[in-house]
Amino acid sequence: MTLRLDVTLAILAMGIVTYLCRAGGYAILRAVRTPPFLDALLRNLPAPLFAAYVSLALSRQDLAAALASIPCAAVHVRWGNFGLSIVVGVAAMAALRWAGL
Amino acid sequence: MARAPLPAYRAPMRVTFTSAGIKRGVGRGVPLLLGIIPFGLVVGVISLGKGLSLAETLLMSGLVFAGASQLLALELWTNPPDILAVALAALVVNIRMVPIGAALSFWLDHLRGWRLWGSLFLTVDHSFALSVAENRAGGRDAGFLFGLGVFTWLGWVAAAGAGHAMGTVVALPPDHPLFFAATASFVVILVALWRGPRQDLPPWILAAATALAAQALRLPPPVPLLAGAFAGAALGAWQETRARAA
Repeated sequence: MTLRLDVTLAILAMGIVTYLCRAGGYAILRAVRTPPFLDALLRNLPAPLFAAYVSLALSRQDLAAALASIPCAAVHVRWGNFGLSIVVGVAAMAALRWAGL
Repeated sequence: MARAPLPAYRAPMRVTFTSAGIKRGVGRGVPLLLGIIPFGLVVGVISLGKGLSLAETLLMSGLVFAGASQLLALELWTNPPDILAVALAALVVNIRMVPIGAALSFWLDHLRGWRLWGSLFLTVDHSFALSVAENRAGGRDAGFLFGLGVFTWLGWVAAAGAGHAMGTVVALPPDHPLFFAATASFVVILVALWRGPRQDLPPWILAAATALAAQALRLPPPVPLLAGAFAGAALGAWQETRARAA
């Protein structure tokens, strides 16, 4: 369980920078009254962020990943269960790999 | 001069921070572990390969708590480490979190002290998206965000530690189905944010198309992600503003 000084400093620097990213945007917006369009932009950010995430993730994987996403999404639409949807997605991926995809 | 009225989502409402909300957040975090654990294991294994001790791996995962930036920093890792390079890696990947905290103001505006700054420390993409979905569904307990954050943080640190401890035992091939769990959790969160085709389809398509175009232009991460997210969000905001004016 060794902690070297130089490594610890590097990790601390990463941690500080990351926390500033997490808290900085909120701290600034708390102090400043934002224009309505910026409020609407922030309100509409989550889904496009994940749409971009999913498209980038699938573009870097093979066809099996895109196909496995379909039952994964369908299970959540039908039953609204996060865990089950993820398990079905991984199982579909395993089945597609087994089938040679 | 009279102050302009607050927008609807920042207007006064009774926001609480209760242990029931924290438990609800923890409960929502359980299935997410399926997506987080494989990623954490990979970070732990790579940390071992780069010469980090178990304590250093746990410290990094606990303080940074951001997988993509940890992987990038480990990719750039030298011995001794280049502090500026790894801090820059953290900045480049995590700059996307700047608007996330601001977008959670519907709950954070009502918190103070450790509840506020602790919740921000624990916020990741998953807890952000699920908290927005919870708020849209009428949830007013900010403990949800904190509970979800604490639970995923514990899962992340434990998974990274386990990856380091197990070393080569968990050296799965990159196309192992288990790694799809991370993408699957993104897909599920996206589905959970669905409101309707007219409201969501145009911004989602624009976000995906912009992200892929930016990637095709070989723009460095996280530019494709941010470009896609903001293009989609701008279209969504424009649609919303136009609908209110009509």
